[in-house]
Amino acid sequence: MTEADCVECGATLTLHDDYEIGEIVDCTTCGVELEVLDTEPPVLDEAPELAEDWGE
Amino acid sequence: MKLGLLYSRIRTGEKLLLTELRDRGHEVVKLDVRRTTFGVDDGAAASVETSGASTTETTGKGAAESTGETTDGSSGGTDDGTTDTLSTGDAAATLSDCDLVLDRCLATSRSLYTTQFAAAYDLPVVNTPDTARVCADKVETSLALSAAGVPTPETRVAFDTDSALDAVESLGYPCVLKPVVGSWGRLLAKLEGRAAAEAVLEHKSTLGHYEHDVFYVQEFVEKPGRDLRVLVLGEEPVAAMARSGDHWVTNAKRGAETSAFELDDRAATLASEAATAVGGGLLGVDLMETGDGYTVHEVNHTVEFEALAEATDVDVAATVVDWLEAQATAEDGDAETDTEVTATV
Repeated sequence: MTEADCVECGATLTLHDDYEIGEIVDCTTCGVELEVLDTEPPVLDEAPELAEDWGE
Repeated sequence: MKLGLLYSRIRTGEKLLLTELRDRGHEVVKLDVRRTTFGVDDGAAASVETSGASTTETTGKGAAESTGETTDGSSGGTDDGTTDTLSTGDAAATLSDCDLVLDRCLATSRSLYTTQFAAAYDLPVVNTPDTARVCADKVETSLALSAAGVPTPETRVAFDTDSALDAVESLGYPCVLKPVVGSWGRLLAKLEGRAAAEAVLEHKSTLGHYEHDVFYVQEFVEKPGRDLRVLVLGEEPVAAMARSGDHWVTNAKRGAETSAFELDDRAATLASEAATAVGGGLLGVDLMETGDGYTVHEVNHTVEFEALAEATDVDVAATVVDWLEAQATAEDGDAETDTEVTATV
């Protein structure tokens, strides 16, 4: 298990084993979406806000 | 197979695909389109020296077991032999030796341009820029479906609020106003009467972006509380689900309940014809039941399939990767044939 801190609320997140760059993880404490910017060690930042042209 | 993945966000669907690709030993080049540049003169990029910075990210059994990264572009790897490359530089150089490029961009604008760049770099790309263009714009989709004789809801397009109101009144109430670019059921308006129509049209005209001045008005189809999503690979339907809900917008992203749906011959044929009409590829075709048949209202070119994977027994990721492998093989065969022809000439 790898742990990282939420950049929004500071809570400790536990990342699943196969997390990777570009993946979105939810902070279970504050609910914010976080993007994995790097691994080894994990670097998280707030995920981008929804844009109008997002989707299928 | 070496597969280039154009992405900006690894969602559940991308994760399922990546896992399947890695499990089969394929090499994946992850290209975050937000952190990459695309040169317009790089069409001859097959011989371009690798100039973009790239790192290898070991994968497979998990980052927790990673053995490290390199920053010089050399290959890293894991015990099972799979390696990802992460590009942070030049797209043409990074993708140059990929057998296939897969567009999984979350943003339509990025998808439209990056697939064009991939094609300009002479790389086989799923979906093609033409398919992406037709699917990304509801006007283009409607025109393509209509030209192919695929039943689709009656639709009128206007470019001014007064003429849009004429279109609304000619279709009658209720009818539906949709943005020409958009997804997940956002900004759809069901117009129940003239007052609502006038208000929504005014709001759209003041939103600011010119696309909101393209008024796409469609008949309201009385569907039986659900619509259908069909995953099509090439021109073949491979899985389908029903999306049900109390709201008139039955989109999985809007909380609709999903369940497996057994396609009858007519629905399967229509899904195939709709996919063909937009150029074929990895597509999500949306149909509504009309009582005596079906009507196709949308074709999605960066189809999400996590809901489909949960709702059906089909191993969607495996089926998609089977198809991607076939595409790469077919492209390889075409390339060899081209080489032979060139040599003969």
